[in-house]
Amino acid sequence: MHKIMKPERPVGIIGYGAYIPAYRLPAEAISKLWREGQDRNHLPIREKSVPGPEEDTITMSVEAAQNALRRARIDPQEIGAVWVGSESHPYAVKPSGTVLAQILGIAPAAVSGDFEFACKAGTEAMQAATAFVGSGMGDYALAVGMDTAQGRPGDALEYTAAAGGAAYIMGPGDEALAVLEGSFSFVTDTPDFFRRAYQKYPEHGNRFTGDLAYFYHIRSSVTYLLEGLQLSPKDFTAAVFHQPNVKFPQKIAAELGFSKAQISAGLLSNRIGNTYAGAAVLGLTNILDQAKPGDRILMASFGSGAGSDALSFVVTDKIESARKVAPGTADYLNRRKNIDYATYARWRKKIVMK
Amino acid sequence: MDIPRYWRLREQRYKLQGNVCAECKAYNFPPRPVCLQCKSKNMQPYQFKGNGTIYSYSTVYQAPDAFNKQVPYLVALIDLDEGPRITARLTDILDNKIEIGMPVEMVIRKIYEDGDNGPIQYGYMFRPLLKKKE
Ligand SMILES: [Zn+2]
Repeated sequence: MHKIMKPERPVGIIGYGAYIPAYRLPAEAISKLWREGQDRNHLPIREKSVPGPEEDTITMSVEAAQNALRRARIDPQEIGAVWVGSESHPYAVKPSGTVLAQILGIAPAAVSGDFEFACKAGTEAMQAATAFVGSGMGDYALAVGMDTAQGRPGDALEYTAAAGGAAYIMGPGDEALAVLEGSFSFVTDTPDFFRRAYQKYPEHGNRFTGDLAYFYHIRSSVTYLLEGLQLSPKDFTAAVFHQPNVKFPQKIAAELGFSKAQISAGLLSNRIGNTYAGAAVLGLTNILDQAKPGDRILMASFGSGAGSDALSFVVTDKIESARKVAPGTADYLNRRKNIDYATYARWRKKIVMK
Repeated sequence: MDIPRYWRLREQRYKLQGNVCAECKAYNFPPRPVCLQCKSKNMQPYQFKGNGTIYSYSTVYQAPDAFNKQVPYLVALIDLDEGPRITARLTDILDNKIEIGMPVEMVIRKIYEDGDNGPIQYGYMFRPLLKKKE
C-alpha cells in the first residue's frame, strides 16, 4: 500500500471562486457542420462554453481569483505563491501568474510559475499550494486551474473542448471553509493525449484514452486515498471527477461505488463541456456553493500523460458566510448566450487570414 | 503601441489606479498632479471600485490598425461612481441591449495583441453587472 499525502500542519481552502465565459456553442452545431447531424443522437455533451474574443486564461483566472479573494477576506499582499495550471497559457514563456500577481495586488513578494499537466494542472497547483502552506513557507497560496481548450475543427475533441475554471486560496486549516484530510497523486507515462511544441491542436490516441488512461488513473488515486483515510464512498456527501464528457465521470463514479446523487452537483460537463484544467476544480466550486458544515467531498482529477490527483475535504462552518460574498458557479452557468459556428470560428482564430 | 508606456501605466489599466484631492475630495482618473477643482497639490492615491453607469456609447466599425481585427466593437463614456467620466470598451453585452444610465462593472480583458510575437496588453473593459445589486 502507498502512503497518502498529508501536510505537516492542517491546510484547507480559505477562499474559492469560479469563472465560466458567457458564450455557448451547442454540440449539435458542430455535428451539423462536420457530420450532417449523423451523430446527433449520441453527442458527448449538450453545449460547451466558449471564451469571448477578448478573453484568455489570464483574464478568466483574474475573475476567478477575485471571487476567491472576496471569500478569503485577506490582504492580497499576504499571499506568497501564485500558481496557474493550464494547457492554454497565453504565453509560451512568461508565467500567467506574473500578470495575475500584478492585477490582484499580490506582487511583488511571491513565487509564481505556471503548471502544465493537461487536465490536471489545476489540482497539481493545489497540491503544490497545500505543500507551500503546510510546510510553513507561507500562510496563503493561490492555485488556479483554467483553460481555453482548443480541438482541431471536425475532430471529436471539438465537441467538448471548452473554457472555464476555478481559483483556490489555500491557507491554515483553522481559517478554512473546507479542510484537506489527505490526498493521493498517481502518475505514469501514458501517451493518451499530447501536444508537441509549436502545434496548435493536440493529438489523442483512441486506444489509450479510456481504460488505460482516464479509468486506470482515477481508479488508482481514489482507491489508494480511500484506503489511506479508511473511508468508503458512503462517507462522502459529494464527489467530483474529471469530466471530458458526461459518460466517463458517471461510469467511474458507479464503478467506485458513488451514487448519482453524490456526483450531481459536481457534474457540469453537459452544460459547459470539458474545461480541461478547470473541469474538476469547477465541479468543486459548485459543490461548495451548496455544501453544509460537516460535508465530506472527494475531488479526483485526471490529466493526460497521465495522472490523477484525489483530494478529500471536510467542510467547516466558515462556508456559510464565505459563500455569499462573491458570485456563485450557478451565476456563471446561467449567464449564457448561444453563438453559431461562424462566430466561434472567428473568435477562436480558426479562420487563418494570412 | 510602445511597451515602456504600457508597462508604466499598468496600475491604471489593471486596477483603475487614480487619485483623490485631500483638500476638496475630487477624484481623478487618470491621476493628476494638481487638483482641477481647487489647484491643490495634495493628491492621494486612490483605487477606483470599478462601478459606474453608461453616459453614452457608440459602435466602432472603422478602427485604428491595431484594433482593426476586432471590429465591430463598443466604446462607451462611463461615469464612475466616484465621479470621473472615462472612455472604455464594453464587453459581454449578451442581449444586445445597451441603455444610457445602465450600470456596468469593470473586468480585465485582452486589450491588444502586438502581432504574433509581441506582448499581450491587458486592461479594463466594462460589462453589465453579473449580479444585480441587492
Ligand atoms: Zn481639490
